[in-house]
Amino acid sequence: METFDARRLLPIIGPILFFAVWYLAVAYGLVNKVLFPSPFETVAHLFTSFGKGGMQVDVASTFLRTGTAFVIAAAIGVPIGVALGASESAYRSVEFLIDFFRSTPSSALIPLFLLIFGITDANKIAIASFAAFLVILFNSAYGVMNARKTRILAARVMGSNSWQIFKDVLIWESLSQTFVGLRTGVSIALVIVIVAEMFIGSETGLGHRIIDAQQVLNVKDMYASILITGALGYLLNLAFLLLEKRFIHWSGK
Amino acid sequence: MNMAGRDLAAAAADLPMALRRERTHITVRGLNKAFKGQPLYRDFDLDLPEGRIVSIFGPNGCGKSTLMNMIAGLIPVDSGSILFDGKSLKQTVIGYVFQQYREALFPWLKSIDNIAYPLRRAGMPEPAVKARVEELIASFEIQFDLNRYPYELSGGQQQTVCIMRALAPRPEVLFLDEPFSALDYEMTLFIREKLQEIYLKSGVTMVIVSHDLEDAVYLADKVLLLTRRPTRIAEYMTFDMPRPRTPDSMSDPRFVAAKAHALDVFRREVKG
Repeated sequence: METFDARRLLPIIGPILFFAVWYLAVAYGLVNKVLFPSPFETVAHLFTSFGKGGMQVDVASTFLRTGTAFVIAAAIGVPIGVALGASESAYRSVEFLIDFFRSTPSSALIPLFLLIFGITDANKIAIASFAAFLVILFNSAYGVMNARKTRILAARVMGSNSWQIFKDVLIWESLSQTFVGLRTGVSIALVIVIVAEMFIGSETGLGHRIIDAQQVLNVKDMYASILITGALGYLLNLAFLLLEKRFIHWSGK
Repeated sequence: MNMAGRDLAAAAADLPMALRRERTHITVRGLNKAFKGQPLYRDFDLDLPEGRIVSIFGPNGCGKSTLMNMIAGLIPVDSGSILFDGKSLKQTVIGYVFQQYREALFPWLKSIDNIAYPLRRAGMPEPAVKARVEELIASFEIQFDLNRYPYELSGGQQQTVCIMRALAPRPEVLFLDEPFSALDYEMTLFIREKLQEIYLKSGVTMVIVSHDLEDAVYLADKVLLLTRRPTRIAEYMTFDMPRPRTPDSMSDPRFVAAKAHALDVFRREVKG
């Protein structure tokens, strides 16, 4: 019983250590106090800023952009990925393109997207969508291609034709891998939205807030915004893990 | 000299079966199959009797499973004909039980829906599906909860679900690819009993690939002993010990003799 309780506390050791090192470094003057406020001040600022309207608007607009970009990416990426995965020759013929753009940092394409969309919200959403789309497509395609051969044979020997095998087996088989893609996709979308908010003109958003705070050396607000951005990314990831556990109940079994 | 002796033994052993007016169910003629230019089967002929259990046994790599999978249509043949009572595979309902039950069942469907899958697939109306599944549950005397997902069941229970799924559409032939090799001994005995019960009730033609000689002989009316590749029939041994066979049958002199004879043939073939 005692060991059980102790084990449950293990995950909070890391954060406590992190804040302890931060606190001690500030307290003993190992870092510049102007650049590093103490963790207590930062967290206190985080909560007061959250009480004010500005932070809520920034969190909401970043979340909304990320969500929109992700939904568009998933709505296009999953069907195309599954279709490409079902025909290995089709996938092979576009594999290089996918791998090339997957390896290209999407932030490198921001100027290109600026030319097309201008300094708009659509621009930020489009580029985040594009980045998430590739990773979602790639994972869905591989989910289908790596379907268990035995299961496909089992369906075929029971008289299923290609279309039935596709909808009764391949789609289901691909779901675990598709969820990996969705989870990675939403993280990438958030990264790109934050970058876009920093460097493409923006009135709202956490990226905008972080760079604004940095420009006026409002370091407390900068750290608070960074922590909130991290929490947003973490919660999005966690939400997808829980969704996966709930709906892809057979995953890993 | 070997050949003559083998023919004589085979002819003598075949006698009681011949008296039972054995009908051929599956006819394999002129079967050819090569892998990467290496012939595995060359002009291979085989008759599988109707309403009997045939075990396929042979040295590693001789293509036991390949032979069965070609008959079941899972692997294409290079040339040759395979007919079921004169019909093609497409016109025949078959059931197939895989060695890897975990990878053969659909984990996103409940066990009961796995069993119903081939029936729904064939467009059977839902009340009829329900009735057929109930019938299977009764005949298998299922004690565990089929509303669970396959991964929640034990290995033996999962393999039982696989067998029920294969039998659901009332197949003419049931193919079993090493159905016991992923099971522990206790479950092997259990599934073997179930298969024998099903066989005695339904008289379905069964083809079993086995790498375990005891399993191969225990259920079989005939044991197809294969040579090393290029694969030929070493001996098509008849084993007509009466049913139901029980675990005690394994110490019966007839069982022991049949197993010893099959082992002799096997050893001779492995030595080449």
